[in-house]
Amino acid sequence: MIEVKNLTKSFDGRIVIDDISANFKKGLVNMIIGRSGSGKTVFLKTLIGLLQPTKGEIYYKGQDFLKMRPREVKKLRKDMGMLFQGSALFDSKTVLENVMFPLDMFSRKNRRERRKRAEFCLERVNLKEAHDLFPSEISGGMMKRAAIARAIALNPQYMFYDEPNSGLDPKTSQVIDELISDITKDFGMTTIVVTHDMNSVMNIGDHIIYIYEGKKEWEGSKDEIMDADNELLNEFVFASDIFKKMKETKESDKMDIQSGTEPNK
Amino acid sequence: MDIVQSLDSVGKYATLLHRTLTLPDKFREFAKEFFKEMYKLGVNSLWIVIIISFFIGAVMVVQIALNVASPLLPRFTVGVVSREIILLEFSSTIMCLILAGKVGSNIASEIGTMRVTEQIDALEIMGVNSANYLILPKVTAFVAFMPVLVIFSMFLGMIGGYVICVITNTPPPETYIYGIQAFFNDFFVWYSIIKSMLFGFIIATVAAYFGYHAKGGSLDVGKASTDSVVINSILILITDLAFTQLVMG
Repeated sequence: MIEVKNLTKSFDGRIVIDDISANFKKGLVNMIIGRSGSGKTVFLKTLIGLLQPTKGEIYYKGQDFLKMRPREVKKLRKDMGMLFQGSALFDSKTVLENVMFPLDMFSRKNRRERRKRAEFCLERVNLKEAHDLFPSEISGGMMKRAAIARAIALNPQYMFYDEPNSGLDPKTSQVIDELISDITKDFGMTTIVVTHDMNSVMNIGDHIIYIYEGKKEWEGSKDEIMDADNELLNEFVFASDIFKKMKETKESDKMDIQSGTEPNK
Repeated sequence: MDIVQSLDSVGKYATLLHRTLTLPDKFREFAKEFFKEMYKLGVNSLWIVIIISFFIGAVMVVQIALNVASPLLPRFTVGVVSREIILLEFSSTIMCLILAGKVGSNIASEIGTMRVTEQIDALEIMGVNSANYLILPKVTAFVAFMPVLVIFSMFLGMIGGYVICVITNTPPPETYIYGIQAFFNDFFVWYSIIKSMLFGFIIATVAAYFGYHAKGGSLDVGKASTDSVVINSILILITDLAFTQLVMG
């Protein structure tokens, strides 16, 4: 579990994350949603220690992350996996070498076992065919899957995803969403996904936090999001016609039930 | 403001060096990267060193022969002077100014691209000391290969001079060879090698600094690469003056 208390981050006096507190539970897909520029990625990068917070506390399994010694941080990092927006695969290495990299650096297994583990991870993300290809030779969706395989190579307890569906077509996005959900459940991880893709939220989100201009505006489950009484959240969610229609259908069904007629299918 | 920024840069450079110059996490991975970098930065620079040294060596002999054409000076002076210039300044300083362009921009753009595409963040998230993993093999490999480049440069510079003597007979090749050997002080070779290794360290670390702190996109990577070449050139010239004064003065 990850706990965040009063997290604030500012750049040159400009507040980007404003006093956010939240709990991210194990085994759930926690999603941080918000418009572009609302501070989601900064929040994620602060959470994982790539940015130093201006104020606040971050706890991993009850341990204060900001007060950990470098050696403890290094140990914790081995329990973290992250999918970056642009995948961040190493250009000079093949897909297999990318997945083997964390194992080469930190695993005590022999080369054959490390390779076996890397192959297992690639198989887990359905990317067996791309072993010897370089990142520049594969598609965006394959790059994301390869980056997920690399992130899970050391069997982390915490997985972070920064805009996992950006630049992907709807079908590939769905594949990535299913992968995130399955991996979270299979490995019992604490997963945090930063996204503005509402389809993704409705597909796999268990616990959702809406950030608006650096502040936490709303928190709840995907079942509650459609009926949320929050103007800013509604503006974001129903900006898409699909969700507007979904809400209208839901409301008309509710009225039909109240009036005793059968809801439209 | 500029002074504050300069001090800030010096501080960041020192911090980066502190993070870089530590024992590698995995020696096996370091060794792999070390040899890869030695080939990329060192062996791949041999051709430019060979071409430039050969032609500059030849031109130098032509120029010296023209300018010391005096009955008061023996003809072998051309060989002596060209040798001293090659050993003392050309093969170390001038060659390093050229390598600051080739190798420095290569290091800055490679690390800069890794920075803006979040590859360095990915290393950090894994718990890898990114500065140590990325920069240490480059610095050590380049510094270790520097003597090879300098010796090639010295040799090819003198060969270039010899070839032009064979073609023009000014001075005759045997006089040039005599000049090359006359009053030879082997300390100048060691001086040149040590100086170039110092320059190699400056080139690799300063270029890595600019790449590591690149922000933004491809334009900023290009800027980091250009800045690294400019600053490296200035630092090489200042260090050359200080080092020469210290050792020879």
